[in-house]
Amino acid sequence: MKTAIAERIEDKLYQNRYLVDSGRPHIKVRPHQSPSPSLLALTRVCPANCYELNESGQVEVTPDGCMECGTCRVLCEASGYIEWNYPRGGFGILFKFG
Amino acid sequence: MTHKNFDAIVVGAGMSGNAAAYTMARRGLRVLQLERGEYAGSKNVQGAIMYANMLETIIPDFRNDAPLERHLVEQRFWIMDDTSHTGMHYRSDDFNELSPNRYTIIRAQFDKWFSRKVREAGGTILCETTATELARDSGGKVIGVHTDRAGDVIQADVVVLAEGVNGLLGTRAGLRETPKPENVALAVKEMHFLPEEVIAERFGITGDEGCVIEAAGTISRGMPGLGFLYTNRESISLGIGCLVSGLAATMEKPYDLLDGFKRHPSVRPLIAGSEVKEYAAHLIPEGGFKAIPQLFGDGWVVVGDAAQLNNAVHREGSNLAMVSGRMAGESISLIKSRGKPMTKQNLSLYKAMLDKSFVMQDLRKYKDMPSLLHTNSRSFFMTYPQLISHAAKNFLRVDGTPKIEMEKATTAAFIKARSRWGLLSDAVRLAFAWR
Repeated sequence: MKTAIAERIEDKLYQNRYLVDSGRPHIKVRPHQSPSPSLLALTRVCPANCYELNESGQVEVTPDGCMECGTCRVLCEASGYIEWNYPRGGFGILFKFG
Repeated sequence: MTHKNFDAIVVGAGMSGNAAAYTMARRGLRVLQLERGEYAGSKNVQGAIMYANMLETIIPDFRNDAPLERHLVEQRFWIMDDTSHTGMHYRSDDFNELSPNRYTIIRAQFDKWFSRKVREAGGTILCETTATELARDSGGKVIGVHTDRAGDVIQADVVVLAEGVNGLLGTRAGLRETPKPENVALAVKEMHFLPEEVIAERFGITGDEGCVIEAAGTISRGMPGLGFLYTNRESISLGIGCLVSGLAATMEKPYDLLDGFKRHPSVRPLIAGSEVKEYAAHLIPEGGFKAIPQLFGDGWVVVGDAAQLNNAVHREGSNLAMVSGRMAGESISLIKSRGKPMTKQNLSLYKAMLDKSFVMQDLRKYKDMPSLLHTNSRSFFMTYPQLISHAAKNFLRVDGTPKIEMEKATTAAFIKARSRWGLLSDAVRLAFAWR
């Protein structure tokens, strides 16, 4: 017997503890007409699924569930499509186990 | 807000940062350690296995009060295809020694303990403080750090960059490059909680004994990657890591890989009925010797993951972090005790110590391994695991087929998949990279 339904990422992130710095996102996507391949890759590769395509075909970021791993930074920062910082001290993910 | 000057600022409270801060504080230096998390460990992620020897060198009696989960008596290596695994197990009662060699740990708890040791040794730790930029004088010498707290630059003679693989300070200041996608793996991990006796029964262990499974094969879908399963006392750390370049090329979702690993028929029964309490992600430096940046300069040194000190072949990282942190701390203390300034030339002592140690010797030994696995990833992580599985199945299944025919079929399958020349070439290249 195989369980066919994959777990939802939202349910995974729900287990985690975050202190969200409201109104001060630590990652921003620069305005763009259509996303570059590396920017588009973030909608798949981000382990917290922070990146999504909006209705008009641009990549958006909602870093509330971010685990601060840096994958998007490694892929995209150099191209200038995203602006990456760590959250302010004390904010962001708080691992209970790590 | 004014700050008194410190002898050293350590940025980060992971393995390397705590080792450096502890070493210097014990030697009487005025040490300030900055940690952006709520407490030391709240931003840190590891599998995690801790190698005792490297901590013992720093804190000899750590076993008295360090939060340790299980000491490892058994290691399993699995080569997996979609429905099977071919494994090698090593188990020895010799690992049930008085001072065991390696333990599983939970980093958030372990780092809290290590940080307490730093404080007891006289170090000052400032949590919830993100260092934002290095401060340099007109000659380029690092003289301190800016933070996101109100106030001036916090000054010190030397800054120890223990900021992890994704450290911003050193890369923003141009002291080293941001890691390249082919030099870092993204690992995702879950903490599966089960009663202690269930874990003991499923893994055939008793008391404090622990078991480790590391697995490669089709679970990483042709990318260079590794799955792992570590037993803690009342939980199992389960995860999978793949090179970021591989993920970007295949557009695989990391949590899909994790779910695939969890649903594999060899893994599923081990975690059945568990309660997942955390999902974590972290980058792991995989570039090896060739990716190591400049390790020291005027007023700074870099240690641990930030310096790409990770032995991917032997899955050793936190111990290299501890050794590099300790050696940075020892060399800074020595320079200080001689009354010398923290110049690039004097701080080269740190690199000299590291070069002499197993850290650099091991990393140099495997310097060609990352590129080999990167360029041949489909063969090593997809084709060979499937062939090995079929070979094992042919060997074991009894259905009236003559053995000679089964052997021929196995050999033919290997040659068909990789050709004679390909097999020979893979073997030779692997042997050379391993040598």
